[in-house]
Amino acid sequence: MGGNNKSGRQEAVAPAIELRGISKAFGAVQANKDISINVARGTIHGIIGENGAGKSTLMSILYGFYKADAGEIIINGNPTLIPNSQAAIAAGIGMVFQHFKLVENFSVLENVVLGAEDGPMLKSSLSKARSTLTHLAEEYELDVDPDALIEDLSVGHQQRVEILKALYRQAEILILDEPTGVLTPAEADHLFRILRNLKDEGKTIIMITHKLREIMEITDTVSVMRRGEMTSTVKTTETSPEDLAERMVGRKVLLEVDKKPASPGKMVLEVEDLRVVDDAGVERLKGISLNVRAGEILGIAGVSGNGQTQLLHVLGGYQSATGSIRMNSEEIDLSGAHSDGQSRRARSIAHVPEDRQAEALIMEFTAWENMIFGYHNDAAYQKNRFLMDNPAIIHDTELKMGRFDVRPPNPRLAAKSFSGGNQQKIVLAREIERNPDLLLVGQPTRGVDIGAIEFIHQQLVALRDQGKAILLVSVELEEILSLADRIIVMFDGHIMGERDPAKTNERELGLLMAGVNDDGKAA
Amino acid sequence: MMDSFIQLILTLDMSIRLSVVLLLACLAGLFSERSGIVDIGLEGKMLVAAFFAAAGAYETGSAWVGVLAGCAASLVFSMIHGLASITYRGNQLISGVAINFLASGMTVVLGNAWYRKGGQTPTLSGDARFHDITLPFAEALSDVPVLGPIYSDLLSGHKPLVYLAFLIVPLSWWVLYRTRFGLRLRAVGENPASVDTAGISVVKLRYQALIITGILCGIAGAYLSTAQAAGFGKEMTAGRGYIALAALIFAKWRPWYAMGACLLFGLLEAISNLYPSINIFGLVTIPVQFTQALPYILTVVILAGFVGKAIPPRAGGEPYVKEQ
Repeated sequence: MGGNNKSGRQEAVAPAIELRGISKAFGAVQANKDISINVARGTIHGIIGENGAGKSTLMSILYGFYKADAGEIIINGNPTLIPNSQAAIAAGIGMVFQHFKLVENFSVLENVVLGAEDGPMLKSSLSKARSTLTHLAEEYELDVDPDALIEDLSVGHQQRVEILKALYRQAEILILDEPTGVLTPAEADHLFRILRNLKDEGKTIIMITHKLREIMEITDTVSVMRRGEMTSTVKTTETSPEDLAERMVGRKVLLEVDKKPASPGKMVLEVEDLRVVDDAGVERLKGISLNVRAGEILGIAGVSGNGQTQLLHVLGGYQSATGSIRMNSEEIDLSGAHSDGQSRRARSIAHVPEDRQAEALIMEFTAWENMIFGYHNDAAYQKNRFLMDNPAIIHDTELKMGRFDVRPPNPRLAAKSFSGGNQQKIVLAREIERNPDLLLVGQPTRGVDIGAIEFIHQQLVALRDQGKAILLVSVELEEILSLADRIIVMFDGHIMGERDPAKTNERELGLLMAGVNDDGKAA
Repeated sequence: MMDSFIQLILTLDMSIRLSVVLLLACLAGLFSERSGIVDIGLEGKMLVAAFFAAAGAYETGSAWVGVLAGCAASLVFSMIHGLASITYRGNQLISGVAINFLASGMTVVLGNAWYRKGGQTPTLSGDARFHDITLPFAEALSDVPVLGPIYSDLLSGHKPLVYLAFLIVPLSWWVLYRTRFGLRLRAVGENPASVDTAGISVVKLRYQALIITGILCGIAGAYLSTAQAAGFGKEMTAGRGYIALAALIFAKWRPWYAMGACLLFGLLEAISNLYPSINIFGLVTIPVQFTQALPYILTVVILAGFVGKAIPPRAGGEPYVKEQ
């Protein structure tokens, strides 16, 4: 078949996994359209695409969660039916889901053994798993304490358990869905080392991600998905992040944020010794002090769960705390008695919360209803003492949707029927158009596609250039590095340090995020 | 001194008898809830089991046939709950309440239709009722000081179902923590997705758990009507299914703790039966209403969370739907 000798040899070895014409529809939505790929054994294959491009559906078909409407799955040259997860495991496919499928109060050993027991009694299975785990740990740098409970492990270690689960079941093909989303850079580096080790042992790895940098770093080949179709498959060495972004979105995308140096003005927000103890009695903020000036973006980096959420909640007015916060030199009451989102907004603090669907929007409500939350008592929205002026609100919403490029610009659609990026634009429009002195933004581009990320970043920089203060919380280091004028890293409720984005890098920030100080000691 | 010792033995003996139904129901609930299915229908299942056990024992003259009939009836109800909450992913509380109502109405209607005694079944006698078993050497050892009465009065002389119930405790522990089935059962109540992705059927596991629940409720109901009493009486479970659920929370969903919790409830009930009014040093008399209310007061205290944090199986009450 092949022209020269080399390609002829490649043809002789069947690909580890081959998909032919896979299609899957959910009702009217065609999630996967005639998808075909070949993944050679012993390679790392990336699948990249925006949210809703159909990546997860495709992987769910491979793992037997969904049945494809049409198409064929060929594993090692054999056409294979995968009607359920059991069949996928039997075919040598292992899956590491984005949200781990672990039993939290079980030990590592129990989780590994679950479903792969040798017999009706546990004892022999557990001791066999223990020795296998030791063996795998040595071979692939996958060490975890087999007796530790999952809930006591860090996210990075939990992910190793997921990989161990797959290897224990003798998986030859490992699928990872957004594996670095919850990891620190150091943990991600370790994961990549593990994946390279696995590849060297001849395992085949498919990695789904939306992070271009990772695709470039680890994969051998990459497929791009857009709107349910596999638009192209290329060798990683023959492409670039810009090229991939263009293939994903279908137009040229500016990956770098274009911004001038900041010119900070007067002090807007001053936070001193902020402390929060949660309901379980755990101290989540342990004396946070920071300030934000007009015309600058303060970026707060950190692995999620290190107090950033509490900080935003206190600043946004829905969690009580001790310490002091001054907004435009005025003290804000932190007891929780007189504070709520509205009173903060009255002080010109706008808030784009981290969890869009839980904190920022009511998914069943229309865009125009969502557009006034937090400002619904505003006189401009009232027709008289009892009625709201709905036509005016709808009209106002329509204009805002136009300015923020929300698609489709229809105020009467429910929030849930917009894509993640467009939902976020609705929230941003609501908060930014109020012309606040301070904007709190949490994870502005989480679950947002590349095209919308570009727009949102431009909006934030424009707001800064108008002389507004912005406090940005994000777990995406790239985002923090490209947007912030100053960077603070949080770890375990503390501030680990402040850095100038021009004079730092992901490596240094990653160490701080992992709680390691300048002197190399763990905090 | 001797007198109060005999009193103590007598009280504890009664506690054991009274805790059996609770213990069986509690273990029944344990298997169901450990698999992620909340079951407030324990009460109803026990009630139908009590009725069919009494009817079965009366018709055949054998208490053991009664137990089988009770288990069969309870199993049918348990499978109805399974159908509603596992297969059709309905609301587990509503299904449980429906089962309780159905049991309460059905037993009276059938009882009236079959025996015309106002919902009761005829009084059981002879082999249609369970009798006390005397353990070996109980007679001979009864005169040994202290240990004698403990053996011959406290441990010996119970109905066979009492011994069975207390044997099920270590058996449940062993099944839960030492077998493959137990591992999977505990996993499916905590995170069904982990079981599903491991290639095991969530539905099948949960049905298996409900089969165990059905059988245990069946034994509990049969004990009520063929061992504790001599026939079925209207609403004879008297809320024990709910108290068993409280005991289950108290026991933090563990078999040995469940035994402790149920014995405590049994003790309170025994105290209210044996000492209706307690006089403290001739000063205050605790009224009978208070001692009778003790088990229910304890239930309220437990449910209000005054006994430390009890973390239920995390997937409890939620039907499992594969995520996208």
